[in-house]
Amino acid sequence: MSIPFLLFFICAFISVLGAVLLILAREPIHSALSLILVMMSLAVLYLLLGAEFIAAVQIIVYAGAIMVLFVFVIMLLNAGFEERTDWSKIAKVVGLPFSFFLLLAIAHFLSRSDIGRVVANGAGAPSNGAVSTRALSMALFQQYLFPFEATSILILVAILGAWILGRKDE
Amino acid sequence: MEFVTQHPVLVVSLIKIAVLLFIVMTALAYLTWFERKVVARIQSRWGPYYVGAHGLLQPLADGVKFLFKEDYTPPEADKFAYVLAPFLALSLALTAIALIPFGPPSVRLLGQSVFIVSNLDIGLLFLFAISSIGVYGVALAGWSSNSKYPLMGGIRSSAQMISYEVSLTISVVGVLLIAGTLNFNEIIEGQTGYYLHFIPRWHVVPQIIGFLCYITAAIAETNRIPFDLPEAETELVAGFHTEYSSFKFAMFFMAEYANMITVSCLATILFFGGWLSPFPDSWTWQLYLPGAGLVLLSVYTAYDTVANLRGIAQIQFAVVTLLALGIGVLCLIPAVAPVIQGPFWFTTKIILFLFFYVWTRGTLPRFRYDQLMSFGWKFLLPVSLANLVVTAFVLILPLLRHG
Repeated sequence: MSIPFLLFFICAFISVLGAVLLILAREPIHSALSLILVMMSLAVLYLLLGAEFIAAVQIIVYAGAIMVLFVFVIMLLNAGFEERTDWSKIAKVVGLPFSFFLLLAIAHFLSRSDIGRVVANGAGAPSNGAVSTRALSMALFQQYLFPFEATSILILVAILGAWILGRKDE
Repeated sequence: MEFVTQHPVLVVSLIKIAVLLFIVMTALAYLTWFERKVVARIQSRWGPYYVGAHGLLQPLADGVKFLFKEDYTPPEADKFAYVLAPFLALSLALTAIALIPFGPPSVRLLGQSVFIVSNLDIGLLFLFAISSIGVYGVALAGWSSNSKYPLMGGIRSSAQMISYEVSLTISVVGVLLIAGTLNFNEIIEGQTGYYLHFIPRWHVVPQIIGFLCYITAAIAETNRIPFDLPEAETELVAGFHTEYSSFKFAMFFMAEYANMITVSCLATILFFGGWLSPFPDSWTWQLYLPGAGLVLLSVYTAYDTVANLRGIAQIQFAVVTLLALGIGVLCLIPAVAPVIQGPFWFTTKIILFLFFYVWTRGTLPRFRYDQLMSFGWKFLLPVSLANLVVTAFVLILPLLRHG
């Protein structure tokens, strides 16, 4: 069993564990910490696939910026324990069967696709086609320039919206 | 034995990590001594003096004291996060140092580079990734203590780190544009050569504004004076680590000093040519600079031992003298001299940066919180952005003319 193969299963397990803890934790900070765990293990999975840049950006943006903001807000509001609700009717009648069905569907398609075989053959020991930062930026700023700029305008709109909402009335 | 021959890279890396860890831990301990001595000089005091000659054993005494103090956990604290926070802070700070190249990759032993633990293609990004999650140590410590002063410190630190991380990252992008790579070794090797035959071709020359922005944001990122609001003792007792005692407190302290070293290393790599010498290769006498410097130091310490010290301190300082003399003579051996050039220049530059750190601590007052925020967002960020835009424009200009 190769080391990347082992790492894949460890990180996959940690990310699922983090996701479950995120929902089960009653303390908001613990939920945030579990989410960080999920993101970090996802970054390792990206690394295993040879996507170094994406892995680093995953940590910087999600774990380093967005989650810090989450933690900051939770601390600022001093959010208390979460209330436990009993399962709502919709969750019982629709949610549970559907999520089970979704899981089955994913398992079905995975079993038929190549991914299963790739994983079994020692999950992407950083392949030769490792996405270099240069190739990625070439694609972003030449081939996909328009969608990239459109996204940045979208984010600008969101920032302006936040500014208008947060502005004091004159 | 079979495992060793099968995984040479893994085994050699582990050995390098162990050696580096030992060196860094010692450096951290003596950085506290260095800081206390320099600040004492600035304030016309002697600083640590009684434990060992010139207080040289003070770090050891401090370490023993921290280990044997009662490790008290506040009963109302969130146990898990309270224990996690110092470990997170220290381990992340130490991980970052593993990425630093301390010497040229050409120095090899058994086919492995001696001075480089890990040579990542995305070295810089990875370093930023590690430092960006470093804030959790402080934030969690503040929150989990369940006490109002640490909470204030934690909130402040997360706000401050988010704000200054933006400027920190943008201020180094100018260097990246010039270097065209994220790999530390390639960034350093791109700085060989000279402007006008005597000014080293270091990135600090074209990127002086970027460097000033970087060092300002870096001081804020490491929570040092004048940006040490997370632990402002006049307002918050001790800030985020108020409720920590014993070795957990020491871990925060070590993390802070390790971060200082990382930030100094990064400044050296990005702006001051890393392990490159400031002198041209043709000046062969520079090969003997480290050895000669150490021998001169040993002459001074020998004089000090004989003239000023008495009792056990005299014996201790005699040992220091012999060590300096021995290592100095070793460095003068023609076979050794070229090998230690890289680490010598790298360490010299780092020590200069650390001195700068301590110097600012000794001279500057603390910011007020609103000043801190408005300085970060309204001054530092626009300036570093302008620097980035101008650099990009200057670099693209020749392409526009010919394309």
